[in-house]
Amino acid sequence: MATNEKATMNDAPQALSVSDITRQIKASLEQRFGRIWVQGEISNFKHHTSGHMYFTLKDESAQISAVMWRSRIASLLFTPEDGMKVIARGGITVYPPRGNYQIDVEQLTPVGLGELQVAFERLKRKLAAEGLFDESSKRPLPRFPSRIGIITSETGAALQDLRTVLARRFPSIDVVLLPVRVQGVGAAEEIAEALHRMNRYGGADVIIVARGGGSLEDLWAFNEEIVARAIAASRTPVVSAVGHEIDFTIADFVADLRAPTPSAAAEMVVPDRNEILDVLRNYEYTMRQEALQLIEGHRARVNGLVSSYELNRPKDMVREFAQKLDELTRVHAMHTSHLFDRTKQSYDALRKRLAGVSPEGILQRGYAIVRRGDAVISRARLLHHEDETTLQFQDGSVKAKVQ
Amino acid sequence: MSTKRAQKGSFESSLKRLEEIVDSLEAGKVSLDEAVELYEEGIRLSRECAERLKATELKIRKLAKSAGEDLEHEEADKE
Repeated sequence: MATNEKATMNDAPQALSVSDITRQIKASLEQRFGRIWVQGEISNFKHHTSGHMYFTLKDESAQISAVMWRSRIASLLFTPEDGMKVIARGGITVYPPRGNYQIDVEQLTPVGLGELQVAFERLKRKLAAEGLFDESSKRPLPRFPSRIGIITSETGAALQDLRTVLARRFPSIDVVLLPVRVQGVGAAEEIAEALHRMNRYGGADVIIVARGGGSLEDLWAFNEEIVARAIAASRTPVVSAVGHEIDFTIADFVADLRAPTPSAAAEMVVPDRNEILDVLRNYEYTMRQEALQLIEGHRARVNGLVSSYELNRPKDMVREFAQKLDELTRVHAMHTSHLFDRTKQSYDALRKRLAGVSPEGILQRGYAIVRRGDAVISRARLLHHEDETTLQFQDGSVKAKVQ
Repeated sequence: MSTKRAQKGSFESSLKRLEEIVDSLEAGKVSLDEAVELYEEGIRLSRECAERLKATELKIRKLAKSAGEDLEHEEADKE
């Protein structure tokens, strides 16, 4: 016992100063909790003349002090009041002078429907005034994206709808998914970070930010400024596809294109494969027609030249010469035959004249040739008495004796 | 655009080149030799584009949550 007591005495922890323990508590709490989201109801709200806001967040069985510094109040989209349900984002800090812990609120989001609508309108006005919704700042979507980035919940209906429509319209499309929580505390930060990451990745040529239908509270992450700013900062065109046709979010206004539903987003982003195949077929037809027409045009030109007067002139000349030659030949032949006829007439006349002087001709005129033996007797004195002679007439010969 | 580049190009760039070719042919201001070349290139691009549309299964990859920008493959299973 004594030893124990002694030991206790010796091992007695050294007393810490209040400052020391408070410092340790501060370090412990601040490291342990980091950034947190706390939902509760506002009470004891005070907007101090310094500009800072002090209030208490409470629920049925507990409460926590809260402070919101003046510098952060600028981002507040509604006026906090006692009784409002809110979500505060911030860190736990310890305030040593009072020895209390509190939440240092960075961002305050209303939970009640009325407050949400007010916050929505205020952010919408603010961003519109900054020009974030301007048509001129909208980036055009690629006509034929090769890779689509999708930011949505991995387990949500939106992804299924996107998947179904993309598979039907353009299954060869490359899809890159960045899964995020699409509702609840921290969802907005995750979505914004995913947009930044998708841009850093750089492989997608259009980004779809999607979420299925839900209440205004469910869709709230898409009404937060951090998401709006991330969409505005995106180099890659962003299509928002949040909720149903009737739901409009701030993300829709900032996005380069607002799709009424996730399915509609898929239809707007990718073309229909069959339509492109039709276009390709049309292109092939047009190209073929144009090429054929061009060839036909050249053929017609060649044919035109071949049948042209100029090109056919030499042929015509040859034909003309041939004709002339034929003509000359005919004329020549005619002349030749005349000459022949004339020559023949001359010949016939001469022949007649010749016939007149031949022995036969003389006989025909009544003369006779006297022969003794074979010798022709041309003088009377050559004949003697009793000579045997032959008298040749035109029609024959007779024997005669000289007296 | 060279043949090699056309093959490596995106679907959009191939289609754009194809449109240019169709436009040139339609304008009719090309020589016969050029027209034949354009026609051959156009038909090849058209067939390539059609080929790329043939995939029937949608593939979804998941961008890794880690700091790196690597892509993780996810089976395109229908849950």
